[in-house]
Amino acid sequence: MRDVAIVGVGLSRWGEVWDASLRTLWTEAALAALDDAGLDRVDSITVGSMTPGLFVGQEHLGALLADELGMAGVPATRVESACASGGVALKVGFAEVAAGLADIVLVTGVEKMTDVSGDECTAALAAAADAELEVFYGATFPGLYAMMARAHMARWGTTREQLAMVAVKNHRHGALNPHAQYRQEITVKDVIEAAKVAEPLTILDCSPITDGAAALVLAEIGVARKLAKGRPIVRVAGVGQATDRIALQSRADLTTLPATTLAAQRAFKMADKGPADVHLAEVHDCFTIAEIVVVEALGLCKPGEGGCQASSGRTALGGELPVNPSGGLKSKGHPVGATGVAQAVEITTQLRGAAGKRQVKGARVGLTQNMGGTGASTVVHILEVAS
Amino acid sequence: MRVGIVGYGAYIPRRRIRLGEIAAVWGADAATYERGLELHEKSVPASDEDTVTMSVTASRRALARAKIDPSSIGAVYVGSESHPYAVKPSGTIVAEALGATPAVHCADLEFACKAGSEGMFLAAALVKSGEVQHALAVGADTSQGAPGDALEYSAAAGAAAFIFGSSNLVATLEAQVSFMTDTPDFWRREYMRYPRHAGRFTGEPAYFKHTLGATRMLLEKTGLQPKDFAFAVFHQPNGKFPMRAGKLAGFRREQLEAGWLSPWLGNTYSGASPIGLTAILDQARPGDRILMVSYGSGAGSDGFVWTVTERIDEVRAAAPATRDQLDNGKLYVSYGTYAKLRGKIRMGE
Repeated sequence: MRDVAIVGVGLSRWGEVWDASLRTLWTEAALAALDDAGLDRVDSITVGSMTPGLFVGQEHLGALLADELGMAGVPATRVESACASGGVALKVGFAEVAAGLADIVLVTGVEKMTDVSGDECTAALAAAADAELEVFYGATFPGLYAMMARAHMARWGTTREQLAMVAVKNHRHGALNPHAQYRQEITVKDVIEAAKVAEPLTILDCSPITDGAAALVLAEIGVARKLAKGRPIVRVAGVGQATDRIALQSRADLTTLPATTLAAQRAFKMADKGPADVHLAEVHDCFTIAEIVVVEALGLCKPGEGGCQASSGRTALGGELPVNPSGGLKSKGHPVGATGVAQAVEITTQLRGAAGKRQVKGARVGLTQNMGGTGASTVVHILEVAS
Repeated sequence: MRVGIVGYGAYIPRRRIRLGEIAAVWGADAATYERGLELHEKSVPASDEDTVTMSVTASRRALARAKIDPSSIGAVYVGSESHPYAVKPSGTIVAEALGATPAVHCADLEFACKAGSEGMFLAAALVKSGEVQHALAVGADTSQGAPGDALEYSAAAGAAAFIFGSSNLVATLEAQVSFMTDTPDFWRREYMRYPRHAGRFTGEPAYFKHTLGATRMLLEKTGLQPKDFAFAVFHQPNGKFPMRAGKLAGFRREQLEAGWLSPWLGNTYSGASPIGLTAILDQARPGDRILMVSYGSGAGSDGFVWTVTERIDEVRAAAPATRDQLDNGKLYVSYGTYAKLRGKIRMGE
């Protein structure tokens, strides 16, 4: 297997981007990544997108976007794995380069979510749950994650304030990120007193609806060295993916995420590293409870101690192990198909030492964790500064 | 030739419903709406009040202040998105009731919430051209939001009327502009009972783009700055938007408060910024300059700069003050009564 490095990163505008359609957002990110890499051609394109059919009535994104970029002819594939679509698009791009199918791959993710109403958006996202066993009975993701939160609180004594601290921390990080959708700092009181969505979760426990795209350029390590221009080379050291029972009700335990644990074990094994080697992580905080369960599942803390990671400051910028220095899904925004790619954009930026005010000092190994549904699909990447 | 407002009048129904009353029915969090929209209650038309009756009352009040012969009114424009008839003008009834017929040009206008200011724009232009001596423009609505929809918390009823002329002015028109694009943020197709809206899209790319665009055009056209105005009034779909637009445009809260009625009135659609203008005229001093910017979904804003004249003090008391109608004599209704008055209860055949 060949070594693979990230040689270009790019983001489109993120937020409620009223004046740009899916293709425009995607092209902004793709061109930014190509410019960053100093390239104008690629061998292959992957596009992570959860449900453009429901959001904007457009499928067949591979050909559409290759065409939009003026690259008709290049192989281009849409990858779907619910909210993990972006992370899986990165895995697919990695596999193409590692296998020698391509030397340079443009890995992208995009979602245009604000062309539909809030209700339609909730319904589109619910398509990632089990339609027959969950959605049919009225379950939505806020409701499912609220059940996970209640279970975690009952089993481990996790508090309402600890949930809120995840959002407070991530907004504090996002306030330092010019790309974040919501850059205002919030307080524990703000979170707890905000409108209830599904108890115990309020609107400020939930990641927002976001339009946005993200892009990476992957290259075989030899090609990457020629393109480095003095910048640190960021190598994809480990890749792990796993699945779980899709319906929450089918799982033995609501307080763990076995797919995340499995994916992490696979990625760590491939990278020949362990949780103690990680300097920072970007994880899938679609709801505050998700970050708490995910840091436990990744082995970044002991089971049951996820609740105090944000409140103790350990996972804040300046702490021992910063989690979601970008602001995470909560503050930076969550264009679902783009999220997994954007996590790698952030880690790459951090490992290059180019993250400005939110820079994690001395960061040489970073982890991304991106999941779909209530964690039934998870993909973990470990990135490191290549020696 | 100087043209402007000769007489003005407003009508606000006495009935009110509190936001909490609506929220309780739908299991919604009233505090979130009150804080988020800066809305507390809204006016409700009684069973004998509609766009025509409110237009007639507001117009009679304008006539009382104008002190003109109604037969000198050469044009009547009624702007509304809730005309009682789909086919048959509201304006003919209003013109007849005032005694302005038959030598009168008449049209009903529709442009979501800016139909009232459209009539003002046209009336001023017709007088300026010399085509008519006086022209009447009315903005009135008894608007409806679908039950449980966010619009139900704001859609209210009220009317404002302005008689335009070229002498005996109470406010001189210094400039008028229109800023318009095709931006579908809110609509109701034929046979649809309630309008639809595009959620948060109705904010930044719709309301704010157009109100701020019209404001900028006005300031450029006149060479004036926000500090040159005593008052400013913006379309008020809720309590929050007009204050935010005003502040973004460079106005201070003190300039905006006199015409800011929506927290206790709701959104009177075509009547919104026109009624706000009547409340300002009720307290303005001669020489005061007023900026008014409407907004209609679809979308566009009309903007006006007025300068108040000495005559304001002579006419003010000739008709009820707008704030008095807003603050006094209120009759609170339950959601059940509101549902009955708004025709939301399905009756027997």
